[in-house]
Amino acid sequence: MSATTTTTAPAATAPAAIPKAEFDWKPIALLGAVLLAAWPLVGSSSTWVTLSVAGLAMGLIIFIIASGLTLVFGLMDVLNFGHGVFIALGAFVATSVMGGMADWTASESLWRNLAAVFAAMLVAMAAAGALGLAFERVIVRPVYGLHLKQILITMGGMIVGEELIKVIWGPQQIALPLPTTLRGSFVIGDASIEKYRVLAVAIGLVVFALLLYALNRTKVGLLIRAGVQDREMVESLGYRIRRLFVGVFVAGSALAGLGGVMWGLYQQSVVPQIGAQVNVLIFIVIIIGGLGSTFGCFVGALLVGLMANYTGYLAPKVALFSNIGLMVAILLWRPQGLYPVTNR
Amino acid sequence: MLDRLLSHDYPRSRWLALALILVAVGLAFAPFLFPGSKALGVAAKMLIFILLVASYDLLLGYTGIVSFAHTMFFGIGAYGIAIASTRLGEGFVALFTGLGVALLLSLVLSLVIGLFSLRVKAIFYAMITLAVAAAFQTLASQLSDITGGEDGLSFKNPAVFSPSFEPFESEVFGVMLDGKVFSYYLLFVVVLALFLLLLRIVNSPFGRVLQAIRENDFRAEAIGYRTVVYRTMSNVLSALFATVAGALLAIWLRYTGPDTTLSFEIMLDILLIVVIGGMGTMYGAVIGSVLFVFAQNYLQDLLKLGASALEGVPVLTALVSPDRWLLWLGVLFVLSVYYFPTGVVGRLRLAAFRSKA
Amino acid sequence: MTALVLDLKGVHTHIGAYHILHGVDLQVPAGQVTMLLGRNGAGKSTTLRTIMGLWATSKGSVHFKGRQIGGPGGQLATPDIAQLGIAYVPEAMGIFTDLTVQENMVLAARNARRAAELDTTRLEWIFGLFPALKKFWLYPAGKLSGGQKQMLAVARAIVEPRELILIDEPSKGLAPSIINNLIDAFRQLKAQDTTILLVEQNFQMARALGDRVAVMDNGRIVHTGAMAQLAEDEALQHRLLGLSLGAHQ
Repeated sequence: MSATTTTTAPAATAPAAIPKAEFDWKPIALLGAVLLAAWPLVGSSSTWVTLSVAGLAMGLIIFIIASGLTLVFGLMDVLNFGHGVFIALGAFVATSVMGGMADWTASESLWRNLAAVFAAMLVAMAAAGALGLAFERVIVRPVYGLHLKQILITMGGMIVGEELIKVIWGPQQIALPLPTTLRGSFVIGDASIEKYRVLAVAIGLVVFALLLYALNRTKVGLLIRAGVQDREMVESLGYRIRRLFVGVFVAGSALAGLGGVMWGLYQQSVVPQIGAQVNVLIFIVIIIGGLGSTFGCFVGALLVGLMANYTGYLAPKVALFSNIGLMVAILLWRPQGLYPVTNR
Repeated sequence: MLDRLLSHDYPRSRWLALALILVAVGLAFAPFLFPGSKALGVAAKMLIFILLVASYDLLLGYTGIVSFAHTMFFGIGAYGIAIASTRLGEGFVALFTGLGVALLLSLVLSLVIGLFSLRVKAIFYAMITLAVAAAFQTLASQLSDITGGEDGLSFKNPAVFSPSFEPFESEVFGVMLDGKVFSYYLLFVVVLALFLLLLRIVNSPFGRVLQAIRENDFRAEAIGYRTVVYRTMSNVLSALFATVAGALLAIWLRYTGPDTTLSFEIMLDILLIVVIGGMGTMYGAVIGSVLFVFAQNYLQDLLKLGASALEGVPVLTALVSPDRWLLWLGVLFVLSVYYFPTGVVGRLRLAAFRSKA
Repeated sequence: MTALVLDLKGVHTHIGAYHILHGVDLQVPAGQVTMLLGRNGAGKSTTLRTIMGLWATSKGSVHFKGRQIGGPGGQLATPDIAQLGIAYVPEAMGIFTDLTVQENMVLAARNARRAAELDTTRLEWIFGLFPALKKFWLYPAGKLSGGQKQMLAVARAIVEPRELILIDEPSKGLAPSIINNLIDAFRQLKAQDTTILLVEQNFQMARALGDRVAVMDNGRIVHTGAMAQLAEDEALQHRLLGLSLGAHQ
């Protein structure tokens, strides 16, 4: 993942003979292998397409949620076991926003529907980001460097957050129906692909692209990537990395909020425990990917999403363990995850 | 003799000693001091939590390992008893078989999980145990043929523990001795014995090595202790004690379900108790469990009072609603981690130490 | 008398329970190379880290150009200290191995947001000193050899003009040819009026570069003076450093 911005003379004279970093393609190959292997197992191509899209959509939603968490850990060694609370907040805020825009969601116009969805996403991200700011200051900041306390306290923070959500929205399940035009599926040949999932994949890819751009083409991204490796050195170079960290934490929380909206729409309902439910899943993903690696998180999330959908179809009873099995298998292959960040 | 019983691990604080004596007496004579089935149920729950949390303290407080799989072993113990009693018919044979199989399963699982920690870092380990416990919980719900699924399993105990068993015609000290009382004393004796055994373990050379590993595992390894072996042993012991606690719960309730043992809420309760009570003290588990179970049962009543007093005030009512007691417990938990890092026991001991100086 | 860029008075540093520096008094005059010598474990690296604020000064004070940057009540955070114009090249070099050479340099250049904004003239000068960096410009820094990494570490410290450069044992484990490269680079820096505080075990290098010398032992400065004076006094060398000029490379 090296930057290739145009530079002055030096780059022009760098001889082509020097190979750049070899891109580690093996995990991508694994992803491809899973996709291909599923095809004959599933049997019918159309079902395979449906399942694969579903898996990719789910995977991308998980990626959106988990990307913030992996950077937060990579950058500041903070393990936030309470990340789920941002997911839950995002999802519940969406119920309120979309509930308030019911006439837009019921409308037949695609643009109005999309506008409602995007409005919900923006408000959810803002709310989750704001909560993230408060969370960092009150819960996380006092326990920098103390892993045990971090685990305990962030978990406590999540409990409190979840209960407060119950206070505001009530403890019961709330429906989050899709707007009219986003319901149903496209039918391509024999395969039926849910419209919403296509939207989820699109949004997921956009977020991924934006993240990659931000990380690889901006100075802030450079600081984050360097900080994940060696925080002290970045400070010695004159950068106040703590401020950067707050920014990353807030951005990560906002992304989790976005993920919460998307997850809620995926399930078409929202429960206060949604945070805790997804928590386990995202931990598995960031372990698989390698703590601190955005790309690893991406590949890991896609793997988890695909596995969940394939096994859900092929062997439902095994489905729950597919994630854990996948995690164990990958850790046996690469104990630090698919794309371990060096110097950790 | 007291010395050997407590393995030289004294309370080291007058208030703590007093509290412990009160707890011990209270629990020992609970059926007579606090008649009524609700009170006895509270006492039984306290006993079970004491064992459950003390075994967790061994892992977290003394060895410094964060694991979220504790409820899984708790559940294995409970389901072992339940499944055996359902399949083999009630009786002591079922109890022993169930317990035996459960202990074996816990041994194997904890060994596997413990050895896996060879290859991954501590933080990974915590997350992995979280995932494993979640998977186990879902598994229990899914294998409904064996486990009774969401509904769980109800079964009967051996006759002597059955509520209808009343060997004496008249009351003893004002209480009719029945199977329930006998099963209570089974819990009491087992918990007392195992707690003292835990005290012995943590105060033994083995226990000291665990603490050394907790403080600085690199150095412990450098001195020559194979930390992986010790950590795994700690894992296994902790799991086994938790399994027994689960078995006791099953015997008491004559029922086991995913909610009574495997739920994440129970894991949080354990964490709460061990933090508020005091990590790495063992006695913290006692004080903490008693306080917690007491609060859990009577705090809701307190909140109800508060709710009715604040009736009509919109937001406040919702905040003080008895259903939201977990909110206040969560706040208490967060505050404890900050201000009470050594827990109640640690605070009492510090106060005692200071007053001596 | 030349101005003092760095002035340490009675500096103590505690790391946890360990008391490492026991009252360090050190003056670093402007525009000169001051060598910090001493045995392993004498506290040289700790002194540099303390100046950079990576470890807090528990007692005493550190002043940079008359302004307090370290000491109880006046301790600045590391980024703020760096921003005053101090560059630090740690013993472990601190190279970001996942980033390219180019990215490492852009990071070190606080005024550049991307590679295009780097000062070309200065960059050419650096390439003149360390040609390997030009060759491996787009290469991930982790793939460089030890010597090349050291060159990158120094290059980062000079990609923009700095007032003071703290360097910790740059020659460790390097081939003589590369050491000569470094000596040349430091000489050129000195010619530009940059102040350098250099920790070194290689006495040849020390003698070639140093104007002033301070020797540490057990967390204290036990000798200060002109390098020339120490270089001539073999007995003193032997006493302070346990070696004599001829014996070491």
